[in-house]
Amino acid sequence: MLRRFRLEEPESVKEASELLARHGEAARIYAGGTELLLAMKEGLVQYERLINVKKIPGLDQVKLENSTIRIGALPTHTNLEEDPVLKQKLPAFVQMEHNVANVRVRAVGTLGGNLCFAEPHADPGTVLMVLGAKLVAEKASAKREIPAEQFFVDAYETCLEADELLTDIRIPAMPERAGAAYLKFGYLERPSVGVGLFIDWDQGDTIADARIAVGCAGPRPKRVAEAEELLKRKSTKEAASALARAGEVAARAADAIGDLHGSAEYKEHIVGVLLKRAFQQISQQRSSKSQR
Amino acid sequence: MAEGRLKAEQRQFIPVTFTLNGKPQEIQVEPHELLIDVIRNRFGFTGTKRSCDVQVCGACTVLVDGRPLSSCTFLAFEARGRDVLTIEGLAQNGKLHPLQQAFIEHGGFQCGFCTPGMILAAKSLLDQNANPTRQEIIHFMDGNICRCTGYKKILESIQAAAKTLRQRGSRV
Ligand SMILES: Cc1cc2nc3c(=O)[nH]c(=O)nc-3n(C[C@H](O)[C@H](O)[C@H](O)COP(=O)(O)OP(=O)(O)OC[C@H]3O[C@@H](n4cnc5c(N)ncnc54)[C@H](O)[C@@H]3O)c2cc1C
Ligand code: FES
Ligand code: FES
Repeated sequence: MLRRFRLEEPESVKEASELLARHGEAARIYAGGTELLLAMKEGLVQYERLINVKKIPGLDQVKLENSTIRIGALPTHTNLEEDPVLKQKLPAFVQMEHNVANVRVRAVGTLGGNLCFAEPHADPGTVLMVLGAKLVAEKASAKREIPAEQFFVDAYETCLEADELLTDIRIPAMPERAGAAYLKFGYLERPSVGVGLFIDWDQGDTIADARIAVGCAGPRPKRVAEAEELLKRKSTKEAASALARAGEVAARAADAIGDLHGSAEYKEHIVGVLLKRAFQQISQQRSSKSQR
Repeated sequence: MAEGRLKAEQRQFIPVTFTLNGKPQEIQVEPHELLIDVIRNRFGFTGTKRSCDVQVCGACTVLVDGRPLSSCTFLAFEARGRDVLTIEGLAQNGKLHPLQQAFIEHGGFQCGFCTPGMILAAKSLLDQNANPTRQEIIHFMDGNICRCTGYKKILESIQAAAKTLRQRGSRV
């Protein structure tokens, strides 16, 4: 059962931000509602007003602007898994979206809602970190860009201010020789562990850049610079043999918590396994690309 | 008393014009009303079932603009301007849809509680993809749970219906 609330339907970000400022804790942004309505039905939270942001024009688009892919906060997971620009430019992101939740949640839940809710057992944050994404937050009087790494503060907590909205996600196009992968594992409805990996090579066989992120295991997704250093400036083969060590470092950094999804130790082990598989996947894609 | 009246005055009604099982409808809903309750209580289409209430099981699946969603967690006002299909809207002129027929012929249900949702989700899949692989069916149907039939017969029913629909499509 849902309690009665009032619905506001602003038609600009400014208007939505002003409503948030005016009503404070009594109001909340509503996008797809797949998280918010669940929490309200359970009686975990209660709001006098919901602010439907789906009437604000322009927030539901995916666009390629120069060498940046701009995704509004409002496309649903289904929109994203089917988007032709993303399929061509960011297949690892599309693959992740294809495997979020179930078909009904994907049809309604938005990317922005997923990120803003900051549920620990979520996929997009981890991928966005390795893709080098920036999130754009806007309120009535200002706009700022937040690197994905800095967006998540804790479980269910982001760095957004009370009257700020997430409006855009900006992802730089993949460098020509680079590859990315996101792998997850879980046996409940939501993932237990997720690992993102990005590798860029120089003209030869040396790894010029590496990014590793882990999610779901702990309270928030995280980049693991220390593990990345173990792969950088290595040949593909050297990096492959450094993976076990990188996996241990990443597992430790994940702050894994023992819960219904598995013990902390188990999740740490899975981080290592997924990192190895992600590396194999990217290397295989690279060699099949070079054969073409 | 005064408070009660104030609350009543504040009640908000949203006009919703939409199509339900092919018929245009015009209703007023309050913001907090859920689609499942409107479908069941106002229209009497009780084939839409509430079970988990948390978007996990799929018993409450309806199609909105051809896509499956959980009516247990979907606000009714969002149906504005959209096309809603429940299991009651599937048979045409008294003739069952090939999916319904296949579920009967291949034993795709036992108690039947999950069946409306299963069939609607499968319809959405087959409308997008006339010839899905086994793996594609499993991925799409992953969020529809059955606690008694077992998934093998459900899969067979969907595959059989897909075949019937393809044969029918190639005849026209
Ligand atoms: C059964 C189930 C399984 C799931 N499985 C997965 C999974 O495997 N992987 C995964 O990643 N996720 C999973 N999810 C989570 C799912 O991705 C999210 O529910 C969905 O994307 C949230 O989007 P929404 O638009 O419905 O958010 P809403 O419920 O509308 O909003 C969520 C929160 O974000 C705030 N908010 C929304 N948009 C904005 C904005 N633009 N600016 C500021 N604040 C905003 C709202 O105020 C609210 O607090 C699952 C969910 C369910 C119910
Ligand atoms: S009752 Fe809606 S998904 Fe289970
Ligand atoms: S037939 Fe009983 S739940 Fe599926």
